[in-house]
Amino acid sequence: MSQLPALIGVFAYLSLLTVGGGMAAFPEMKTLVVDTFHWMTVPQLVHIYSVGQVSPGPNMMMIAGVGQWVAGPVGAVAVVAAFFLPTGLFTLWVGRLWNRLDHWPWRASIQRGLAPVSIGLLLAGSISIARSTVTGWEGAMIALGVFGILLATRMNPIPLIAASGAIGYFLFR
Amino acid sequence: MSEQPAPRPETLQVSLREIFVGFLIIGATSFGGGVVAYLRTGLVGRRKWIADETFVELLSICQTLPGLNASNMAILVGDRLRGTAGAAAALVGICLPGGLLMSVAAGAYAASQHSEVGMQAVLHGVSAAAVGLVFSVTVQLGRKTLARWADFILVALTVIGVNVLHLSVLLVLVLAGAVAIYWYRPSQLAAEKMQSEKTQEQTGS
Repeated sequence: MSQLPALIGVFAYLSLLTVGGGMAAFPEMKTLVVDTFHWMTVPQLVHIYSVGQVSPGPNMMMIAGVGQWVAGPVGAVAVVAAFFLPTGLFTLWVGRLWNRLDHWPWRASIQRGLAPVSIGLLLAGSISIARSTVTGWEGAMIALGVFGILLATRMNPIPLIAASGAIGYFLFR
Repeated sequence: MSEQPAPRPETLQVSLREIFVGFLIIGATSFGGGVVAYLRTGLVGRRKWIADETFVELLSICQTLPGLNASNMAILVGDRLRGTAGAAAALVGICLPGGLLMSVAAGAYAASQHSEVGMQAVLHGVSAAAVGLVFSVTVQLGRKTLARWADFILVALTVIGVNVLHLSVLLVLVLAGAVAIYWYRPSQLAAEKMQSEKTQEQTGS
């Protein structure tokens, strides 16, 4: 239970980094969860993150899994609250302010400027996940295959993820 | 997406319970990522709680702010419908199913740590697929967003900062963000707009 304050601090901080998407926070999450606090190993974090891609709802609900892992159900609730409350209140405030900012010329500059930076953060997060996950050519082939099929067909990724799990069962045992 | 204009949301009376249940359903059924598309179908299409142009406007706010697009959209739409209480009901609704599911999954994963290696092998395959998934999402978003060479330089600077120099993501966000906002400062945006209008005149379109 003594881990609760650290959990809350870490995930409140991580939430500030998720400009553009949850992946942006992955590099920092890896550093804090694995290297700083030793809550789990890199493969364990990657596994929970990956299962989170299959779960419905906002794509970072895997954080509830990390909280559960470290401190049980209380940890899960604490992590989710820490992750969504600070940014949520900020969003609520800006959302109400937004229309009044209509004539503020920097509003368009902030939107236009942060767009490519958020893509950069997503790409950096993706690279970080790939480095932690893909260790051999088999994994690389699966990742490339899923990437190619998703870009070509825009299909729902769930069947591909399920198939990759089945392939993994035979490849990685 | 709808052909007819949606009814004005301001006159709509939606109860807190309806908001909670509406977002709970989206939170429980939005499998396969792309929750924003599920939100649009559910909120604009099926329930007609907000107009499509309002949805797009709110989404553009979310993309600029920290926090996930899906949860931020829930907050903004909930706020439009029933104020702060509506925002809270929407946020809890959309997070609850995935959060419960992931807690159960993590519990099961913890219990399976010392059992057979089969589960680890399956998760290894799933993780490799997730890598492909996150890259495809990034490319799809990038196609929509990256228009000028300056955008690609900003992406490259961000990636170098995080993955090569291993700077903190917060530092990279603040530094690259400041450079990017200054690059697209109001006078620059105005100049670009004039430039593109001139080219349109010249090509006669």
